[in-house]
Amino acid sequence: MQIHHTDVLCIGAGLAGERVAVEAAMAGLNTIMLSLVPPRRSHSSAAQGGMQAALGNAIMGDGDSPDVHFADTVKGSDWGCDQEVARIFADTAPIVMREVAHWGVPWNRVVPGKHTYYKGGKPFEAEEKAEKAGLIHARAFGGTAKWRTCYTADGTGRSVLNTLDTKCLQYGVTVHDRMQAEALIHDGETCLGCIARCLRTGELVAYLATSTLIATGGYGRIYKATTNAVICDGGGQIIALDTGLVPMGNMEAVQFHPTGTVPTDILVTEGCRGDGGTLLDVNLYRFMPDYEPDKSELASRDVVSRRMTEHMRKGLGVKSPYGDHLWLDIRHLGEKHITTKLREVYDICTNFLGVNPIHQLIPVRPTHHYSMGGVRTNRDGAAYGLKGLFSAGESACWDMHGFNRLGGNSLAETVVAGRYIGKRMVEYTKGATPSFGMQYVDDAHKKVQERITDIVTGRKGKENAFKIRDEMHDIMMECVGIFRNGKDLQKAVNKLEELYDRSQKICLSSTCKGMNPELSTALRIRGMVKLAQCTAYGALMRTESRGAHTREDFPERNDKDWLNRTLAYWKEGASMPTLEYEEASPYYELPPGDRGYGGGVTIPNELPPEKFVIPEAAKENLKKAKL
Amino acid sequence: MNRMLTLNIFRYNPLDPDSTPRMQTFTVQEYDSMTLFIALTQIRDEKDPTLKVDFCCRAGICGSCAMVINGRPGLACHTQTKDLPAEITLHPLPFFQLLGDLSVDTGSWFRKTGLQIEAWCHSDDKAFDPTAEEMRMDNDLANEIFELDRCIECGCCMAACGTARMRTDFLGAVSIMRVARFYLDPRDKRSEDDYYEVIGNDQGVFGCMGLLACEDVCPKGIPLQDQLGIMRRMMAMHSVKGVLPRPLIETIKKKGCCHAHAQS
Ligand SMILES: Cc1cc2nc3c(=O)[nH]c(=O)nc-3n(C[C@H](O)[C@H](O)[C@H](O)COP(=O)(O)OP(=O)(O)OC[C@H]3O[C@@H](n4cnc5c(N)ncnc54)[C@H](O)[C@@H]3O)c2cc1C
Ligand code: SF4
Ligand code: SF4
Ligand code: FES
Repeated sequence: MQIHHTDVLCIGAGLAGERVAVEAAMAGLNTIMLSLVPPRRSHSSAAQGGMQAALGNAIMGDGDSPDVHFADTVKGSDWGCDQEVARIFADTAPIVMREVAHWGVPWNRVVPGKHTYYKGGKPFEAEEKAEKAGLIHARAFGGTAKWRTCYTADGTGRSVLNTLDTKCLQYGVTVHDRMQAEALIHDGETCLGCIARCLRTGELVAYLATSTLIATGGYGRIYKATTNAVICDGGGQIIALDTGLVPMGNMEAVQFHPTGTVPTDILVTEGCRGDGGTLLDVNLYRFMPDYEPDKSELASRDVVSRRMTEHMRKGLGVKSPYGDHLWLDIRHLGEKHITTKLREVYDICTNFLGVNPIHQLIPVRPTHHYSMGGVRTNRDGAAYGLKGLFSAGESACWDMHGFNRLGGNSLAETVVAGRYIGKRMVEYTKGATPSFGMQYVDDAHKKVQERITDIVTGRKGKENAFKIRDEMHDIMMECVGIFRNGKDLQKAVNKLEELYDRSQKICLSSTCKGMNPELSTALRIRGMVKLAQCTAYGALMRTESRGAHTREDFPERNDKDWLNRTLAYWKEGASMPTLEYEEASPYYELPPGDRGYGGGVTIPNELPPEKFVIPEAAKENLKKAKL
Repeated sequence: MNRMLTLNIFRYNPLDPDSTPRMQTFTVQEYDSMTLFIALTQIRDEKDPTLKVDFCCRAGICGSCAMVINGRPGLACHTQTKDLPAEITLHPLPFFQLLGDLSVDTGSWFRKTGLQIEAWCHSDDKAFDPTAEEMRMDNDLANEIFELDRCIECGCCMAACGTARMRTDFLGAVSIMRVARFYLDPRDKRSEDDYYEVIGNDQGVFGCMGLLACEDVCPKGIPLQDQLGIMRRMMAMHSVKGVLPRPLIETIKKKGCCHAHAQS
């Protein structure tokens, strides 16, 4: 087996992985970055909207500050986030946006003078200030008090990823693409790197590193309908969970979007409904006013998603070979409006659905969109349970999103966390004196090799990987979706326990020399079922509603019992995760209160006064973070 | 609708000494809104899980799934079956190293050429001051730079290029366009000499025959033709520097420069 040595190993080459790699390489450390695909194809490239940072240059962001951004983020999280982390994020985000501008990101800039903007579908005029000309501009995103989303036209993820990738080239980051991490190498205390499988040749390769980063993005593919790329299979979370030592944080916190398109689940913007689009069922009946007489289609994201699901459960969805869906109707908005103001929607419909939205209905359904949970780390991005292991980006539960992340905050998190955690990793790496016991490399290698042999020979059983995947998809969509209740969740937990058992007995249905793509799927399924189970079981045990986690049988947000974060461990040999809980935040700079939207009842908590004091150490650390 | 589609797919596994290049035929029932992404995923899930084909975003954004579709390079996820005849022939992109079936190694080629043309902003990174305001930029210029940053490195342009077929070291319109992106960017401090060094040769601008197959197939509609023209003029000027009088060079150069400047 080939063995590579490096100071820093970044597993994942999306925005988070690349930002950390740049930091490490600029500090003179040897850096290797692994990715399933060439870095620029990472899913970050698909994010079109933008990144939130309180620069306050745009007129609609006038008076904005990190304090306001911090408050929006904490409220958005439904007080589930770590407030020290949310503070570091909000305060350093503007610096990071300027830094990537320095490196080459062509942010859209302020153009002084009068402009026509839209809010809630209605046009209005605003005048950009002359003294702000040429500074980074911002657009609106949901759940924010100010316009603070920095953007580059309709391709923010693309352009920031391009720029970071150019810096990786410049500073000599070694990229091994088509390389899939399969297991972490560790001695029970310290992470020593990983075993990866080459997707060109099928060979196993070992990477030994002083510090290892998991930046593998989301795990949306545990759901059938997700806006996530087909490679968002949770590979990084799986190898961490597989150690039995590293917990996942808040896996039950999952975000859904009402208008993913059918069949390919590509997102169409909320703007359609904002501008007057309506939702119709199989009988072309507009059903939302029956459920939400006041707001109809314009109720909040999670409410609309819930009602759509409810309606389809009554058998009123449109049957299609791709599953049930509903219709989005924007025909009445007219050709001019659709081809100008909703151009992006028009393009997606015509290019991918073969539907002309001027004359035809758009097939949509609520679709998984974002995973708040992931590898639980401390404030500095260090994973719980293993020294030398870090995580950043969507794969991590750092945890600034709590139970609901705001639009524009996740893309920003990748680079903001990447910079901050990158610096902590550099410090750690420079101070560490690693010793790489070869027996640990052999152990990890043997484990992966044995699983491959199990699957290739079918000596453990004859289960089909695609079938298990499809059954997992079905149960997650049906029982661990938007609306949750004890009965359904229990059903999901039972089913997933069965699937977990079967996932150990997978056998390939094909043979192919070198790299067999079926083996890639087969190797992933067991871990995906584990992640699905952490999600379902965490949701079952959390008997309250908070942010995106909605329990029909426990509608209140319960701060008395549940102002905490779920930690899911998967102990060696276990068939179920073990759940532990920790306080949501070390202290509450913003005391738990009402979000100001979404309604709902809160069962309050009597926190001791010292919980509202910001510790000196946190203040010092924040100062350092801004350097 | 609801045709039976026949997909003839190129199969070859370079890692298997017993494998020889061949075409394999699959039939798939067509549904509404079907794309080649759906058809190929279905084949892989239900008929032959060994089929090598790269998909990632399935939204025409990442550039993974370029292949030759009925003779023309394009993105599989961005292609609806209803726009194709019932018989569809799929080949891997030429020019790039074949990894197997429809999968080619575009990533390594783009990294290698990226290094060769030093595709990054040559500025003083260490000089970044976290407390200072960002450098101001005209919004039109930002948009113009972004226009060239939209490239998804799918490789379609290289697959269509006649020059690339003849010389494997050709940098292609995409690299020249990338240099133009930095040339346009005031944050990049390189001089014309520096740019000339990387693309002022037959591997670069002087190798191109200007037939523009590249722009024709680009799924992102990147203005490759304009960029080739601009860079070629800039380079040509550069090579006659010292021969022509300086003021004349300056006037001609201005004419050739990118759209915004040319209009102003
Ligand atoms: C359609 C869409 C639109 C979005 N728009 C916005 C937006 O406008 N604003 C916003 O804030 N957020 C948005 N988001 C969310 C945001 O884009 C993501 O959260 C963010 O890009 C994640 O970045 P990342 O670096 O953590 O991971 P990714 O960019 O997903 O990168 C993951 C990397 O890990 C690699 N990898 C995965 N598994 C392995 C393995 N086993 N071994 C080796 N490498 C591996 C992959 O190859 C890849 O390089 C959007 C998300 C979607 C789906
Ligand atoms: S220029 Fe166009 S065709 Fe060429 S790689 Fe970029 S996006 Fe693809
Ligand atoms: S114009 Fe030049 S780069 Fe484009 S296809 Fe023709 S020879 Fe190739
Ligand atoms: S899969 Fe990303 S462009 Fe086709």
